[in-house]
Amino acid sequence: MMNIPCPFCGPRNEAEFAFGGPVKPHRPDPNAVSEVEWTQYITTVPNPLGPVEERWWHVKGCGTWLTIWRDTRTHDIVEGPGDAG
Amino acid sequence: MHDMHNYSFASLLRHGINKHTTWPKAWRSPPLRDSYDVVIIGAGGHGLATAYYLAKEHGLTNIAVVERGWLGGGNIARNTITIRSNYMRDESIPFYVKSVALYEAMTRELNFNTMHSKRTMIDVIQNYPMMRDRRRRQHIMDIYGSTYEQISEAEVRKRIPALTGGGPDARLPVIGGMVHTDAAVNRHDAVAWGYARAIDAMGGEIHQQTAVESLVRGADGAIEGVQTNRGLIRAKKVAVAVSGHTTTLTETAGLTLPLRTMNLTAFVSEPVKPLVDVIVNCPDAGFYFSQSDKGEMVIGGAPDMGQSFRRDIKQHVFEDTVSAMLSLFPSFKKLKLMRQWGGHLDIAKDASPIMDETDVPGLFVTAGWWGGYKAIPAGGLTLAHLVATGRPHELMEAFTLKRFRHLDYVMETGTTTAR
Amino acid sequence: MQVDRLGGGGLIDRTKTLNFTFNGRPYRGFEGDTLASALLANGVRLTARSFKYHRPRGIVGSGVEEPSTLVELMGEDASGNRPVTTVPLREGLVAKSVNCWPSPEFDIGAVNQLFARFIPAGFYYKTFKWPNWHLYEPSIRKAAGLAGAPVEAPKSGHFENRYAHCDLLIAGAGPAGLMAALAAGRAGQRVMLIDEGMQAGGSLLNRNLTIEGKPAMDWVATTVCELDAMPNVTQLQNATVWGYREHNFVMVNERAPEHPSILERNWRVRAARVLCSTGAIERTLVFGNNDRPGVMLASAIQAYVNRYAVRPGKRAVIFTNNNSAYGVAADMAAAGIDIAAIIDSRETVPDAARAAVPKQEILSGHVVYSTHGGRLVKAVSVMPSNGGATRRIACDLLAVSGGWNPAVHLWSQSRGTLAYDEALSTFRPDTPVQNAISAGAANGDLTLADALRSGAEAGAGGGKTPEIPASDDLPYAVEPIWRVEQARGKAFLDMQNDVSVDDVHLALREGYDNVEHVKRYTTGGMGIDQGKVGNINIIGTVAIQKGLPLDEVGTTTFRAPYTPVSFGAIGGIREGSVSLPYRHTPITAWNLANGAFMYESGARWRRPGYFPRTGEGFQDAVNRECRAVRNDVGVYDGSPLGTFELKGRDVDKFLDHLYTNIMSTLKPGRARYGLMLSDDGLVADDGVALRLSKDRWIISTSTGHADAMNAHMEEILQTEFPDYNVFITTVTSQWNNVTICGPKAREVMEALGTAIDISPETLPFMAFADGHVAGIPARIVRVSFTGELSFEVNVAPRDLLALWEMTLEVGAPFGIAPIGSEANHVLRVEKGFLSLGHEVDGPIDPYDLGLGWAMSKKKADYFGKRSVALRRDGTTNRRELVGVIPEPDRMIPEGAPLTPGGERKATEGFVTACVYSTVHDRWVGLALLENGHSRHGETVHVRLNEGVIPARVTPPIHYDPEGERLRS
Repeated sequence: MMNIPCPFCGPRNEAEFAFGGPVKPHRPDPNAVSEVEWTQYITTVPNPLGPVEERWWHVKGCGTWLTIWRDTRTHDIVEGPGDAG
Repeated sequence: MHDMHNYSFASLLRHGINKHTTWPKAWRSPPLRDSYDVVIIGAGGHGLATAYYLAKEHGLTNIAVVERGWLGGGNIARNTITIRSNYMRDESIPFYVKSVALYEAMTRELNFNTMHSKRTMIDVIQNYPMMRDRRRRQHIMDIYGSTYEQISEAEVRKRIPALTGGGPDARLPVIGGMVHTDAAVNRHDAVAWGYARAIDAMGGEIHQQTAVESLVRGADGAIEGVQTNRGLIRAKKVAVAVSGHTTTLTETAGLTLPLRTMNLTAFVSEPVKPLVDVIVNCPDAGFYFSQSDKGEMVIGGAPDMGQSFRRDIKQHVFEDTVSAMLSLFPSFKKLKLMRQWGGHLDIAKDASPIMDETDVPGLFVTAGWWGGYKAIPAGGLTLAHLVATGRPHELMEAFTLKRFRHLDYVMETGTTTAR
Repeated sequence: MQVDRLGGGGLIDRTKTLNFTFNGRPYRGFEGDTLASALLANGVRLTARSFKYHRPRGIVGSGVEEPSTLVELMGEDASGNRPVTTVPLREGLVAKSVNCWPSPEFDIGAVNQLFARFIPAGFYYKTFKWPNWHLYEPSIRKAAGLAGAPVEAPKSGHFENRYAHCDLLIAGAGPAGLMAALAAGRAGQRVMLIDEGMQAGGSLLNRNLTIEGKPAMDWVATTVCELDAMPNVTQLQNATVWGYREHNFVMVNERAPEHPSILERNWRVRAARVLCSTGAIERTLVFGNNDRPGVMLASAIQAYVNRYAVRPGKRAVIFTNNNSAYGVAADMAAAGIDIAAIIDSRETVPDAARAAVPKQEILSGHVVYSTHGGRLVKAVSVMPSNGGATRRIACDLLAVSGGWNPAVHLWSQSRGTLAYDEALSTFRPDTPVQNAISAGAANGDLTLADALRSGAEAGAGGGKTPEIPASDDLPYAVEPIWRVEQARGKAFLDMQNDVSVDDVHLALREGYDNVEHVKRYTTGGMGIDQGKVGNINIIGTVAIQKGLPLDEVGTTTFRAPYTPVSFGAIGGIREGSVSLPYRHTPITAWNLANGAFMYESGARWRRPGYFPRTGEGFQDAVNRECRAVRNDVGVYDGSPLGTFELKGRDVDKFLDHLYTNIMSTLKPGRARYGLMLSDDGLVADDGVALRLSKDRWIISTSTGHADAMNAHMEEILQTEFPDYNVFITTVTSQWNNVTICGPKAREVMEALGTAIDISPETLPFMAFADGHVAGIPARIVRVSFTGELSFEVNVAPRDLLALWEMTLEVGAPFGIAPIGSEANHVLRVEKGFLSLGHEVDGPIDPYDLGLGWAMSKKKADYFGKRSVALRRDGTTNRRELVGVIPEPDRMIPEGAPLTPGGERKATEGFVTACVYSTVHDRWVGLALLENGHSRHGETVHVRLNEGVIPARVTPPIHYDPEGERLRS
């Protein structure tokens, strides 16, 4: 059970959260992209062996949808590429 | 090609006399060559079965199965050995019916005892919508010759005497059951080893400790081979059968697939004298188990939905599974956990398998296996057909990548939500 | 008679005699004994039979490492497969050996020994194939297991879970763990010190050592006392750290906590740092017949002699490859055990070791290659390691010491790496992955001074290290010997699973040459002990045979639990409604009191299915309830419907994304039905939206999808539209409702009394109004799920029961009946209203369901729009919703497949629902059928295994197609 940092509640047990999946690219304008681009957006998610940006919903807490970077090999919560700057 | 050393009671006696010092190797370790007709990545269940059927059905023996770790060490080493065909869709049922049949014949076919024990699965149903879902399966399964029958709560309890929970006052009372007589368990290691021995006998090669670092494409974009820790291996056809690591590999060929990797866990109890003879599946409670011939309860539970390559178990998910089990089997409170483990698998957007030649010509994948143990023989049979002939086998036409182009999902989840 | 109890000494309480029974015979022991020490004190040596060959076995170890004797406890504390060495003795204990019948002395299964030659490792893969496994499995299965399976739950008491947080969790209260606790405790850290034994001390309990010139146990007592006084230190004894998860989440199984009604406690500890001071386990030596009763680990003999004052033999031989056995020899001699010889495989025995037993005969450069005897060792055969004359030495006890393995299980579970240490000839902790450290013997610090020092440093964690007390211990030195090459007779690597050197050699010969293959082919290390004393010898044997160093062979994976843990402790008290609470509406009690048939109806709601009257069956009751609604009036509790209040400037924009149809044009005071899709074009939910004011809405979702829709709405609001001014509040439990439906519904409403004008002109279908009903503040909503005139009277939960009872009272003259979900289902099927749980199957879309009108063409985008269009472009022969009338009239099971001509062919659809329609007096149904919309009037065929049912295809509405009744 991971210890997930909620921006409002602080570190909380994973059992309080619902997994929201890896963060996908921003939803494209469906009328501006090709079929292939649309199905790619709909069906694929980042699945890296290593750090992934993902969402969790603090459903048994404050209700926030939050984003963390997590290493899928170790489950360590890590700094994302943008976090350092 | 060489003759396989026959395994039998007589050969066991004969070797017993000379203290078993002359048994030949079950499979050899030939030198790695720099090119093959087909390279299969992953010596797990699906990879080995594919190699076996390529050789057996299509006479393709200039093939190599390359394996990063040890043969049979993938999810075939960490599953809960349940073989069944109680599916819901025309696309799925015949595939699994075939797989069950191939499993049943496997011991004889491979001359290797896989200990196939057709011991029936009983679903313990605790919810009316679930019963409706299962009854729906029953009627459609019958079309394809797979058996599923409803039984009363009393009959469920008669056949599973250890089921003493779930009474009328329980949170989820048992309302009945479904019996799937085709279901079986067997010995997973024996499946891997039996295939490996047969592949070797037909001339195929298995190379362990051979890790593929990347897929190599030619100037025309087609697959050209694989780069491994032991050098480049050329092949015009490469099949990826690596479960959770599919995308890790296909990304090296610039390919994105609708898969994500997650953990599924299993655990065994201490060995105890036989108590439960059937495979018990409790879909409402979210666990299933069977008792092995060693006496251990082999238990599988809920998945952890988070993406993970850690082959881990999540304590809270595990505790939920255990408490659900204790609600139905209160005497198991005194039973002890002996060992637990996790495996990772990749799941497709629609949770059905993917077997196809990818957009990279010559690159095949078999992935998205979610409960893929039961699918090993049919998965191997049909992928071998595709690799050898270039055409999908009729049993797997629905499972190609084409479906995602129009989001035409094959969804095994039925209509179980409540009204 | 405790014939082998020493006259004095030991950590036992001789004033408290305990009576116990083993294999049907009565014995006595003392408080402080384990079952193992008490049996040895009583001279019992043959205690078990082995798993496969049923060879006679005795007690080998003194703790969790015991590979040989497992017992089953009977009576009150019945449990199986307990290592005899871990069972604390108590008054009245009844135990028996597992895996032998009728007793270890006369064991029928021993005939297996005759066939041993023909049943090597993996023999079953090669035979039992004809005609199939089923012929053989039953008899093999009979031999399965060890102890009996538990047949009932504990009669009283319960299990408990507890959370804890600490700065430092210390696993193991031996010298290193205690020192670490002192260091961290004095520095003010929150410390949890967890130890699996009955009392703290670890190896010091068993060894005769001194600290600061006094018995080491005096130091332990002082230390425990000091720790006890620290409020920041929690000490648990008889508690095992059994699991080490990610993010330093650590599982502790505390057996027999202080409270008598708590059977076991499961601690979930989040520790900033974890110290693995779990000690070390002595490994056995591998030679012929090394499993005979009387062959014991040297360290175990030391424990029996020193801690339990038991003499496990009179004349002993010691076989070792390292120094630690010399300390044992000294303790044995002091206890009056005659030591016939020390056999040391090393050519040179260090002086320090010799000094421990100055006058003892030592055969250096020798090995024991076999033992003799039947049910107890009688003699050992010895020879020089590099060949030469053999010698037979009589003895009734053989102490073996193969060196020490750090107990790295917990460390490995934390994913920390191991490295092979040549000097110690064992694997020890290398690089941590989580915030874990190791100290003491667990870290390879195998002398007392080293353990105290490394413990202190680990506990201080870079802070001030306390003074290390002076101690005296034999320096450790070892030369590995993984198996005795000259072994004669079966040489066991894993005693519990009867795996011998020959088995491993066979596996390697046959190509099973990865250590994981060896394990699986031979089953070595797969027993209850998970190979605690033997695995390293298997690795060593593989290494010798393959000519590889041990670290290239590697270990198999260490997995939780460290020692077996009862499922009761893991599951805790979270059974039934604790882990799966019911959702109730305020009238659940009324429903039960009025004979409703209640069930879980999804989403954890417990709802009435129907309200049978005395003597009435299911179908009669449902028919009666349906007739009430169609002819007179019915009432149901619609409270579980998911209800959300949305507030803010941008709600209308937000809802336009969410629903397929346009919501923003809805006027305040009006309601609109809407459909929601997932972005991949699957039907996610349907429901009704009410606009209360410009910025305030109430929307309803189906009961079963309420939680998912909540997640969906919050997700898209917070991630896709973070700038929108929208606040979503779940109000399912704040708004309850009584829904009155049927042609006489308005009359019942009038009888209840309301100032709201409920005429169809002022309050038409899909309108709502706030006011009072029967004096209760209420909102009346004109929606209908039954197809009849319907008033949904929404009130606060506290008023629901009163309103419900009043409705039934004033409705009585109109023939009102409470109706359950079953009748509701019938009524909605007659009307062709959608139930997601039935009609939404796979990639069915709104067009298939005849709800294409709800797919807005005007809106450029909403969730699912593009995907539905794309899917329809690429697929043909879509399954479409139709009505079906079975001909001849009969019931069709829900879910029954439709096949062309009813033949055994791929299906063309299925029956989603089939109900007995009281308005038609016959069965009617709904189905999803390929190209169904263009097949009205056709006959299709339901294929069941018992026969084919023809059915006429109709539009998916069997009642009041114009909707006049619901609008009335």
